[in-house]
Amino acid sequence: MPVSVTNSKLIYEALKACDVKIMSALPETWLVHLIRMADDDPDVTLVRLAKEEEGIGISAGAHLAGVNSALLMQNHGFLAAINPIVSLAQLYKIPLLMLVSYRGYMGEKDPWQTQGGLATEPILRALNIPTWQLTSANDIYPRLKDAQTLAHASLLPVAVLLTRELMWED
Amino acid sequence: MLRIDALQAIYPDLEDCIVVTIMGAVAAELYSLGHRPNFFYLEHAMGLASSMGLGIALSMPEHQVVVLDGDGSLLMNLGTLSTMARYKPGNLLHIVFDNESLLSVGGFPTATSSGTNLADIARASGVPCVKESGTIQSFQVSVSEALKSKTLTTIVSKVEAISPNSFHMDLTLLENRFQFWRSLQVMRNQSKTRKTERNK
Repeated sequence: MPVSVTNSKLIYEALKACDVKIMSALPETWLVHLIRMADDDPDVTLVRLAKEEEGIGISAGAHLAGVNSALLMQNHGFLAAINPIVSLAQLYKIPLLMLVSYRGYMGEKDPWQTQGGLATEPILRALNIPTWQLTSANDIYPRLKDAQTLAHASLLPVAVLLTRELMWED
Repeated sequence: MLRIDALQAIYPDLEDCIVVTIMGAVAAELYSLGHRPNFFYLEHAMGLASSMGLGIALSMPEHQVVVLDGDGSLLMNLGTLSTMARYKPGNLLHIVFDNESLLSVGGFPTATSSGTNLADIARASGVPCVKESGTIQSFQVSVSEALKSKTLTTIVSKVEAISPNSFHMDLTLLENRFQFWRSLQVMRNQSKTRKTERNK
């Protein structure tokens, strides 16, 4: 599977440097290595979800209980979680660090991913969610750190889009 | 059984727990019995009170968390039962008041009025302890046993579809949120201090 192990590892290490203790996830191809790393890490609780919406509730609970968390989701999972992002996280001022695999954009071969790819950024903008795109390995550590810093300072959700350039090795 | 009577019966047990409720009648009635800083009322995002409870229970394993859910909310997030069952935090008690209707938004019947059985779904999802209570006394016993058991428990309790006299709560959403967050911080610090003293 040509998902980048090296960059997945860098992302995982950056999350650890952000003191993330709970990661919620729903499997998707680009996230497989990240999810395995979380599963193998005794210091991290990986919560395997039935649907991404639950992850917003789990992260909200973790934040109110003083624990840093991150959400690993596909952009279609982000689309599935919009109501709780708005009516829990934004309404109640809950920081979220959302790592979103950016499927359906340039270079995407799977036709079924393409419509969600077109919708992702416009919807993030419509929701006023600050968004980084990660395209190069050098950006991973500072951008994840910055994203978490802003989430905690603003008490709001932020998104980090994991792009094909970063995650996929053809 | 009236929900308010059930809540009143377990209120002394709830006082020191971290409590997360759904919106509407459950929130208003618990509030009317006496608000505490460790009570959080999720006034929107239907279905996610139990997910929040799970997030708190996993983050604060030394503290008891109680979620007050409803049939309409739980039906919107049935996957939560399988996720809770997967991690089985022993400090999480999940109470579902089933009035077979979406009471706060017009009283339309939910699927539990036509045969869906939430206790059976919870059991089949793998929740290790599931109970059904139809009387105040059995409800009170189930709650106090669940709190002692240190086992993830779902209690489904059929209640009448009767609204509280008032849904008014003199508490803004953000006031509740920050007060709750602070209260959990105090709880964590207190247990840390107790631990340090024990180790001296």
